[in-house]
Amino acid sequence: MLRKLFYLFISKPLALVILGINARGREHLPLQGPAIIVANHNSHLDALALMSLFPLAVIDKVHPVAAADYFLRNRIIKWFALNVIGIIPLERKATEKGADVLAPVFDALDKKAILILFPEGSRGEPESLSRFKNGIAHLALECPEVPVIPMFFYGLGKALPKGEFILVPFFVDVFIGAPMRWEGSRSEFMRQLNQKMLALQEQANITDASDL
Amino acid sequence: MNPQLILPFSVEISFGVIAALLATASFTSIGLVHSRPERNYTELRLRIKTWWLIVAVFAVAVLFNRAISVIVLGFVSFLAFKEYLSLIPTRRADHRVLFWAYLAIPMQFYWVYIAWYGLFIIFIPVFMFLILPTRMVLVGETQGFLRALGTLHWGLMITVFSLSHMAYLLVLPPEVNPAGGAMGLLIYLVFLTEINDVAQYIWGKSFGRRKISPKVSPNKTVAGFLGGVTTTMLLAVALGPYLTPLTQLEALGAGVLIGLGGFVGDVTISALKRDIGVKDSGSILPGHGGILDRLDSLTYTAPLFFHFVYFLHY
Repeated sequence: MLRKLFYLFISKPLALVILGINARGREHLPLQGPAIIVANHNSHLDALALMSLFPLAVIDKVHPVAAADYFLRNRIIKWFALNVIGIIPLERKATEKGADVLAPVFDALDKKAILILFPEGSRGEPESLSRFKNGIAHLALECPEVPVIPMFFYGLGKALPKGEFILVPFFVDVFIGAPMRWEGSRSEFMRQLNQKMLALQEQANITDASDL
Repeated sequence: MNPQLILPFSVEISFGVIAALLATASFTSIGLVHSRPERNYTELRLRIKTWWLIVAVFAVAVLFNRAISVIVLGFVSFLAFKEYLSLIPTRRADHRVLFWAYLAIPMQFYWVYIAWYGLFIIFIPVFMFLILPTRMVLVGETQGFLRALGTLHWGLMITVFSLSHMAYLLVLPPEVNPAGGAMGLLIYLVFLTEINDVAQYIWGKSFGRRKISPKVSPNKTVAGFLGGVTTTMLLAVALGPYLTPLTQLEALGAGVLIGLGGFVGDVTISALKRDIGVKDSGSILPGHGGILDRLDSLTYTAPLFFHFVYFLHY
């Protein structure tokens, strides 16, 4: 309920009115779980903008996977992250030997969730793409039947970059790629994923003067 | 009772005519799809559908009351400015400066709402012109300073200052314009500007050979330009008595101004797009491109027509 209200009164107006999202490749957006979406991470708005792409009916199925140490650091943020955004908290470091940090993620996929992952780790420099970490390959290996959908966002790093709390409106471009599946080897999967993300990035008209 | 609910007869006729024109365009395009199934008319169909949406938004902006007009037109300016900023290179260091520039939009449209002409006319050209560099200097990034400042203020002038003249037409004293009422001038301006675009396109397609500005806009021809301006002049004279306080000669002048200004506004935005290397300024209007692709001519015709009328009658 909270998640739907947040979607209707915060995510959707933000995405439609303040920002304005142009999605290319919308036909690749998974409307049924289980599915894994991987996206570049430039801003706190990434997850909100991504969730705004989905219709209200499936929003309860969509969960960003986020760092437990950051989002569970105090009671208010924890309540907000778990109940309003609906994150699945992930321990970045295994606490005990042999404990599977990805267990909550597998659980969610079993329940037909649509998961959002930001394999760059933390929010990178605005609009630049860092290499993806290997966790995603591990996930694909364990759940080879789950489609992995790459997405590239451009504009959010300008609207609300890391370290800023004032939102400046910008149009946001989203490029959604065709679903990928497990390819039989970790390195091959990662190579293809990185390649696909770069191909999506090339479609964007990057106009950050600091990159010129 | 809200006086604007009693619409002048000419305003009712105007919207009737616009709806009839669009309906004709819709039926013609549906006819084309059926008679020539081998050709692809998706783009044309999309374009006409979006025209309906634009007219609907314009009707809301014009027909209710001053607050709704100012909010809708202010939002259009906001979309245009946002599209402009998303298009051009901006510096990361200017994040807060851009925020200040955005604040100019509600302020500018508030001056329109309270009909404070003096501040409306100097706020962006003078005060924002001085405030933006001040804020930028406080940030302290000197690399690319002039370019960042120049592009930011130019965008504010084109998308906010220029376009806000459309809204100011609605707050001019209506008793000066008994024929068209408060909204007559704006309908006249927007209708002629859009007809001028369409007429230049049709004349150019039909008779155009010599390119008028090959480097900026290769589709613009001398015949298209002259045919368009002539069409706009004739319509300006024909519609003048019903929507404006202009005399016949003045209406002819307004037609020339809108014809010429519309052309220059169009190629100016084209030059900007070419410089940046994009075909469309955005993708918010399916079949048209971005909002600047549609408003390009108005960025010139709105202030030109406003000051022409203001000088002569207000």
